[in-house]
Amino acid sequence: MASAGEAFAISLAALAAALALFGVFMAALGHSPLEVYSLIWRGGFASGFAWQNTLTRAAPLILTALCVAIPAQAGLMVLGSEGALVLGGLAAAVTGHALAGSAPMTVKLAMALGGMLAGGLWVAAAGALRQYRGVNETISSLLLTYIALALFNHMVEGPLRDPASLNKPSTHPIGQASMLGSIPGFDVHWGLAFGVVFCAAMYVLVRHTTWGFALRIVGGNPRAAQLAGLPASRLIVLACFLGGAASGLAGMVEVGAVHGTANASLIAGYGYTGILVAFIARQNPIAIIPVAILLGGIAVSGGMLQRRLDLPDATVLVLQGIAFLTILASETLYGRFRFNFRWVGFLFFMKDREPKPRRVEVNP
Amino acid sequence: MSNHSRRDVLKALGAAGLAGALSPAFAQGRKLVVGVIYVGPRDDYGYNQAQAQAAAALKKMPGITVVEQEKVPETSDVQKVMASMIEQDGAALIFPTSFGYFDPHVLRTAEKYPKVRFAHCGGLWTQGKHPMNTASYFGYIDECQYINGIAAGHASKTKKIGFIAAKPIPQVLRNINAFTLGAKSVDPKIACQLIVTGDWSLPVKEAEAANSLIDQGVDVITCHVDSPKVVVETAERRGIYVCGYHAGQGALAPKGYLTGAEWNWLPVYSDHVAAALEGKPMQNFMRGGLKEGYVKMSPYGAALPEAGRKKADAALAEMKKGTYAIFKGPLKDNAGKEVIAAGTAYRQTEPVLEQMGYLVEGVAGKV
Repeated sequence: MASAGEAFAISLAALAAALALFGVFMAALGHSPLEVYSLIWRGGFASGFAWQNTLTRAAPLILTALCVAIPAQAGLMVLGSEGALVLGGLAAAVTGHALAGSAPMTVKLAMALGGMLAGGLWVAAAGALRQYRGVNETISSLLLTYIALALFNHMVEGPLRDPASLNKPSTHPIGQASMLGSIPGFDVHWGLAFGVVFCAAMYVLVRHTTWGFALRIVGGNPRAAQLAGLPASRLIVLACFLGGAASGLAGMVEVGAVHGTANASLIAGYGYTGILVAFIARQNPIAIIPVAILLGGIAVSGGMLQRRLDLPDATVLVLQGIAFLTILASETLYGRFRFNFRWVGFLFFMKDREPKPRRVEVNP
Repeated sequence: MSNHSRRDVLKALGAAGLAGALSPAFAQGRKLVVGVIYVGPRDDYGYNQAQAQAAAALKKMPGITVVEQEKVPETSDVQKVMASMIEQDGAALIFPTSFGYFDPHVLRTAEKYPKVRFAHCGGLWTQGKHPMNTASYFGYIDECQYINGIAAGHASKTKKIGFIAAKPIPQVLRNINAFTLGAKSVDPKIACQLIVTGDWSLPVKEAEAANSLIDQGVDVITCHVDSPKVVVETAERRGIYVCGYHAGQGALAPKGYLTGAEWNWLPVYSDHVAAALEGKPMQNFMRGGLKEGYVKMSPYGAALPEAGRKKADAALAEMKKGTYAIFKGPLKDNAGKEVIAAGTAYRQTEPVLEQMGYLVEGVAGKV
């Protein structure tokens, strides 16, 4: 496994390269790269206010990225986070309304469970289809997302619609008492804390338990795992369930902390952005956190660029695209810079003083 | 009421521009940062462009700085964008222009920043329920859709017209009904085929809907989606007539564009700017149609016959007086049920019209 120091140094270099390329692009459009850099810094990272913006945007991405990263441990490519998110949100809204008047903590807990169950079952269905019916899970999870969105819209605009929501069809509100609110002293909702805890738990589960070990063996070679007596199908379906539950929880947070009801505003593309986050984080549950923060920061900085330099939103996409490309291209650098890396690692971590033999790994 | 103050301030702003630093208002350094937030791209030939045109006009006024951000989703993102405009850009007046921004996003941000003014597009503000530093504005654009219908009625040869709608919600149903009633005022036999796409911006479905309508023999279409660009272009390519919506799309269909229903938000924007500059309280509820100048018609296209122009001009003149009732009894819905009794004529301000849940006789489709 690539050490944290190496990953840190290479990712940082990739980001610097992305910023340099973006600077060239902006200079070609007639803007001073230095001004652009300063706006990116001030927009996303320079103050407590900017950090709260960045973290608010990162929060849902952390959870939706897990929906890709956990099944990926078992060798599955699941793209169903968006569907799990909206159905999780819908289940949470229905639960919250049904239990209105109960103790707030009970309602919140039930909403979280409802959301996780709905999202989990939806993605588990994709895993089960693969294991028991031989349906490719990438395709089925993507198609299941379209079904989920259609189902969501139908329920919100039809059977579950609050008649009082005239021009913005929504479910019945869960009520102010059941809202999650913000992390105390901090203008970021609880979704951030849920995401960080979920990531840490998944990291421990995948890397430090026998269950996780079994899961990764299934991911490495399912047949060998089955020959060794591991219940591959059950492990895969359960991994899909956990991933879907993370996305469903993101939906619950959107309802419980932001909207207070389920409506079409939940379909904001967090699930799709989560796929990018998981890939850049190389499916590592802990790495998802900084990557989601980076993406959140880029989005926030992009707003600043739009407002101050009068640029279109597409500029942000250019920056995002360049950053993805350089980060993905930097993957080829792992294990190549023995000497340089040792030096960088020394600077950042004051360790690795002795040269260690390094090797290129096929599947890091 | 509002017209006077607006005109005065526009004059004052113009004078200030001419007189430069000599103008007393600006010599005192009266400056205002205005934030405008769009849900889609501001060059969408539609809903967002209509708002952006007003913002662009504000930019030319002296002492006004406009900061804009586009493609902001109706999530906690928009709360953070509003807060950023206030904290980082110094905005004191914000136009969050998407309908879905209001509850909970605008309400929550307005509570946090009681000194900042929030003018939301959509007409949801209610006295006693919503904070005084928030406001709603909206226009009776069904008046323009009625005139679109008159134009369609005169241009159609097959007597089949079509409407592509995003969602079957009251605001949209009102437009579909007004368009159909306008066409039926020309020829009661005209039928309007409705297709609902399901969301505000689905370009592929909108093109499919347009093609399918044209294949059924429809020869005039209009729509209520965020960006009518695809519908207008498809109609032009297939050689039928089209009526625009939200913003002017005449340039996209030089042959088939009859006319269009456009927003004109500048009067609203300048009223709010004027009040903010003078420190007067906000006008919390602003509604208007052709009379108030909140909506307008696109210039007539070459394809609109002379008779159609005359009839449309006559209706326009009536509506500018502000007394014309589009929805009056006896009116049946398309299932044959009477929805407005004979002798009842609703004025545009009538709250019942805001809860419209039916399609009038002549529309083929279901809610």
